[in-house]
Amino acid sequence: MNPEAQARNKRRTVWLLSLLVLGMFGFGFALVPLYDLLCQVTGIQSVSLRSAGEAVAEPLPGRADSRLITIKFDTSVHPNLPWDFQPLERNLQVHPGKLYQVNFAARNRSSASVTGQAIPSVAPWQATAFLNKLECFCFNRQTLAGGASVEMPLRFMISPDLPPDIRSLTLSYSLMKPETPAPVSAPESARHEKG
Amino acid sequence: MSHTSTLHDVPHHHANPTGWRRWLFSTNHKDIGTLYLLFALAMLFMGGASAMLIRAELFQPGIQLLDPDLYNNLVTNHALLMIFGSVMPAAAGLANWMIPLMIGAPDMALPRMNNLSFWILPAAGTMLILSFVVPFFPGGGSQINTGWTLYPPLSIQVGMSMDFLIFAIHLLGISSVLASINIIVTLLNMRAPGMTLMKMPIFCWTWLVTAFLLILVVPVLAGGVTMLLFDRHFGTSFFDAAGGGDPVLFQHLFWFFGHPEVYVLLLPSIGVLSHVIPTFARKPLFGYKSMVGAMIAVGTIGMVVWAHHQYTIGMSLGAVSYFMIGTIIISIPVGLMIFNFIATMWRGAMSFETPMLFAVAIILMFTFGGLSGVMLAVVPADMQYHDSMFVVAHFHYVLMPGAVFGLFAGVFYWLPKWTGHMYDERLGKIFFWINVTGFNLTFFPQHFLGLAGMPRRIIDYNVMFTEFNVISSIGAMIFGFSHLLLLYIVIKTIRGGEPAPSRVWEGARGLEWEVASPPPFHTWETPPPIRQEQSA
Ligand code: HEM
Ligand SMILES: [Cu+2]
Repeated sequence: MNPEAQARNKRRTVWLLSLLVLGMFGFGFALVPLYDLLCQVTGIQSVSLRSAGEAVAEPLPGRADSRLITIKFDTSVHPNLPWDFQPLERNLQVHPGKLYQVNFAARNRSSASVTGQAIPSVAPWQATAFLNKLECFCFNRQTLAGGASVEMPLRFMISPDLPPDIRSLTLSYSLMKPETPAPVSAPESARHEKG
Repeated sequence: MSHTSTLHDVPHHHANPTGWRRWLFSTNHKDIGTLYLLFALAMLFMGGASAMLIRAELFQPGIQLLDPDLYNNLVTNHALLMIFGSVMPAAAGLANWMIPLMIGAPDMALPRMNNLSFWILPAAGTMLILSFVVPFFPGGGSQINTGWTLYPPLSIQVGMSMDFLIFAIHLLGISSVLASINIIVTLLNMRAPGMTLMKMPIFCWTWLVTAFLLILVVPVLAGGVTMLLFDRHFGTSFFDAAGGGDPVLFQHLFWFFGHPEVYVLLLPSIGVLSHVIPTFARKPLFGYKSMVGAMIAVGTIGMVVWAHHQYTIGMSLGAVSYFMIGTIIISIPVGLMIFNFIATMWRGAMSFETPMLFAVAIILMFTFGGLSGVMLAVVPADMQYHDSMFVVAHFHYVLMPGAVFGLFAGVFYWLPKWTGHMYDERLGKIFFWINVTGFNLTFFPQHFLGLAGMPRRIIDYNVMFTEFNVISSIGAMIFGFSHLLLLYIVIKTIRGGEPAPSRVWEGARGLEWEVASPPPFHTWETPPPIRQEQSA
């Protein structure tokens, strides 16, 4: 084969293969929507569809979803912790079965790095089991560098099974310095103490 | 073919650089092959050290040497070092050395890119090791305790070492995609005139299929870990259920890569065996065409059975049945390859030099691993075995013979060609026996442990598992240290020994045996004529 033709062939193969690489990289991202679509079409259930499916399987429509529950957020900081700590929204009207997010602002007033732990409680206590926190800064200890401030998310959903007599509830956080240092060996994940 | 300069051809007339510049700026396939192999050897020892620490901890129940996070960090690091650091680069090293020699080409098609794809590796390896080390420094965050599968949500929660790992995976991926492109372009465009695809040596075929698999699946893994990175730092929720994502999606992306990856590890070694066995049985390979067909079938079906790693996630009955049947079907072409090897040996005039010893042992032990694989493929059984030591036993029985020993066989087979010296056959055989004994002692008892219920990736275990763990750990020490002998043999062969003729083994066929041992810096500058009997 003459060298010119060979060089041309090589170049063409390189281009085709590079396109294939790019295409497969894109395919990985295309799988995100395709995955749910495939599960829907074939009935192979994904976790997200299954949870949605279960919710629909119950005679939900018209049941609890239309309720509007008032949820109040309350914070207190133990004197042993030099932090300011506030919810960015104090009240929220929510529908059971829907996902909401509220941010809490924390600031370390001291100049040293300090670790705090938020302890949640719900009033009335009968509502505790129906408040599902999907993500909460209270799952982990939080460490703030001296003078630093952060916004920490809380994602929650009130269960549609919330008893009908509860129309408002309060979620309070007391923030304190943990007595014992966090066990060094435990990974962050293992520290998912019940929040 | 005259070398009027073309786009990718490197001009040969300038003086070859010497010293460190020879290696850093190398565009020579032989030097780059050597670099790949040395890198793989170094990583083999690092991965081996982490494995021996794991087994030392498991010698007794209770927690003696390590703490749980460090243990899991080691498990993660061991797998990644071995798969990405050792086996894949070693296979790429063989490809670089042998493909141009076998197809009668002067070099790889894209020599400069070849240089790049190797020199990305040391950077990637450093990142990989940093991901292990960083948590030990102040502010380094938590250790990577996810295992090599990196499942979220855990992988979203670990500290910054996960970011090092994600970048390491990106770099490793880029390196192997570049190498794959290079290999495919070489194989498709640079074969000596007259060598049709169906006359190409099987080792080249296995690499052609491997390279295509890599190009198809590595970008998907890259996409998956990129999404992980975004979930960790940029507030997306691809895998975060709290934000509407699905952690199981990551498992699909991972295993879409992960299952074809096991064939990426396997196929180059199958290619080596397809040369070693005919050489020492002194018969041509049985069933060349069926071999090519089988590996294409394995590659194709292998792309669509990944979810047999995820039976326990709660798929519908239809889905698990599909993945089960698909997985079991793959054992047919895999079995065909084994039958071809046995038929090649049938009534051959066999002799048992070290490469052949490895080849025969591979056939026995790999088949065994394939059988436990079929057990795992059966859904109701896998519900019991999943995430137990049985799975660990299965994949070590397929990977160690199917990938690592195949590479050892290749190294012993071609070492005289590369160095120009015969290795010490007696030491080679001693290495084989210690190595294979140690391997079986280590991993055979793990079948029983898994069936009795010992989970994998956990630092401590019930006292009832003690005896088999003791055996396994002793085996692991023998197995691990035996590689020092390999190192010694390789160094000794590089430094001297009986001079090797160009056709090192009397039964060897193929173009690579027509160049001197060691081959001159430039070979096949004019393509050789292809005679009929050279095929395969
Ligand atoms: C007949 C062929 C094979 C079958 C039917 C098979 C089947 C399976 C199944 C069902 C699993 C999942 C077990 C579980 O996690 O519960 C598995 C795991 C695995 N297999 Fe195979 N396999 C086969 C061949 C191979 C080969 C050739 C290799 C590599 C060279 C391999 C490497 C692995 C690895 C690395 C894992 C574990 C991955 C992990 O969880 O970390 N298998 N195999
Ligand atoms: Cu698999």
